[in-house]
Amino acid sequence: MARVKFLCDADRCIECNACVTACKNEHDVPWGINRRRVVTLNDGKPGERSVSMACMHCTEAPCAAVCPVDCFYTTADGVVLHSKDLCIGCGYCFYACPFGAPQYPRARNFGSRGKMDKCTYCAGGPEQDNTEVEYAKYGRNRLEQGKLPLCAEMCSTKSLLAGDGEIIAQIYKERVMKRGYGSGAWGWKTAYRETLGT
Amino acid sequence: MSQRLGRHLLTTLVLIGALNCPAGAQHGQDPVPPASTARASGANPTEQAVTEQRLFQQQRKLEGRISIPDYKAALLEQPQGRSYQFFHERLLPWLMGALIVAMVAGLALFFVMRGRIRTQAPQTGIKIKRFNVLERTAHWMTATCFIVLALTGINYVFGKRLLFPLIGPDAFAAFSQWSKFAHTAVAWPFMLGLLMMAVLWVRGNLPDRHDWRWLREFGGFASGTHPPAGRFNAGQKLIFWSVIIFGLALSVTGIIMLFPFWTLDINGMQWAQYGHASAASILIAVIIAHIYIGTLGMVGAYDAIGRGEVDLTWAREHHSLWVEQQQRVIRGHDDSVGPAGVPAE
Repeated sequence: MARVKFLCDADRCIECNACVTACKNEHDVPWGINRRRVVTLNDGKPGERSVSMACMHCTEAPCAAVCPVDCFYTTADGVVLHSKDLCIGCGYCFYACPFGAPQYPRARNFGSRGKMDKCTYCAGGPEQDNTEVEYAKYGRNRLEQGKLPLCAEMCSTKSLLAGDGEIIAQIYKERVMKRGYGSGAWGWKTAYRETLGT
Repeated sequence: MSQRLGRHLLTTLVLIGALNCPAGAQHGQDPVPPASTARASGANPTEQAVTEQRLFQQQRKLEGRISIPDYKAALLEQPQGRSYQFFHERLLPWLMGALIVAMVAGLALFFVMRGRIRTQAPQTGIKIKRFNVLERTAHWMTATCFIVLALTGINYVFGKRLLFPLIGPDAFAAFSQWSKFAHTAVAWPFMLGLLMMAVLWVRGNLPDRHDWRWLREFGGFASGTHPPAGRFNAGQKLIFWSVIIFGLALSVTGIIMLFPFWTLDINGMQWAQYGHASAASILIAVIIAHIYIGTLGMVGAYDAIGRGEVDLTWAREHHSLWVEQQQRVIRGHDDSVGPAGVPAE
């Protein structure tokens, strides 16, 4: 099976936030939680770039390592998923995540955060595939239906790429070669311990 | 004018090339040639573009602007999460495990070699008041809370390694959920007890001139005779100040974690955990020694905090100066003793 990844080509991102909206709508994500977000660096200055960021589904994922109840698992595609039935809302995964992906429905209530929620790469969770229970807890399971994450599918400039890591890396490298520049595969060094040009 | 601009552009390109080259050389497979991207228009869309690599040379984490009200989400990337992973999964289990195992092994060895410590003279049967009801309440409230906090805290680190394989994921998750509630709830009476003990016992625990001799003779083990000590000997003072200092550190870092991101950012929260877990590891080891010497290790010591009274022989041997002072109080010759030193009955 392929090792799936996300890659945001920041030189193409126009900060339209369609990926954010698509994700929220597709999965009926609760208020206050953004599984995907767009961060603008050097805002208003020359060389400004926007990066769409969600869970990167890291290799040797820090969230999974630090979880005190071992509620995370990695699928054969390399997608990092978790069980909301086992999660105790301790918050360790948020401290460990380099990308701020894990989020909690409640905050500051004496540390009672509720069950953690994060990007599932549109791959649901440990429940039976494409059931109402799975949808309520984790959102749509598009991967099981043979579809890729909706955020990347909806991207109007094809800045956000999702799919087999080798293929999207190749697409990005070809773009960089052709146009002669690229601000890098954001987060890849931290998440996958590899870089794709700068 | 345009000539100057062109020269300026050229200089910038050379500079960018110089910046990129050594960095690019670190990653052998980089397919991208250094910026050679002058356009027909003369504008270079990349010459000032931010790149991850260059930003990380200037700052430790990448922060930007975001259009949602959650300010934490403006943090794009913090590689320190990997350091947190290293601390939490590699360093901490070894630190905590080694401290606990070393302390238990050390005490077991001590018990085998020395056995229980008994009074040298026979017991008199005369009891002397050592701790009043308030002092015993403060001690036992803090002690009960500490044991709950220590066990539920250890569960965060070793639960998944020891308990999880025994009882399975569902039972372990349910247990951990209640452990977490207990840990955050019991923290408050623990802090109250800590405050009470600090107020009640700080006077008797101030260092004095007898402490050095007590420590040098290791409480009498080195010399064979009991060195003089006041209400608290130097060993007890060490326990007291360990509890106060590490207990305070645990309280401060604990409150920070009970109200996450109230004052600190993500790296601050990580450091709060480093401090909390390290202080807890040390204090757990210290308290194991304290429990040992107060129960199994020494005959008669438990009565002090259990019933509040100790045998006169025990008191004379371990706290000679305190007994003398108490007897002066009873005879009415000494008015300088504060309420903490006066027997309640």
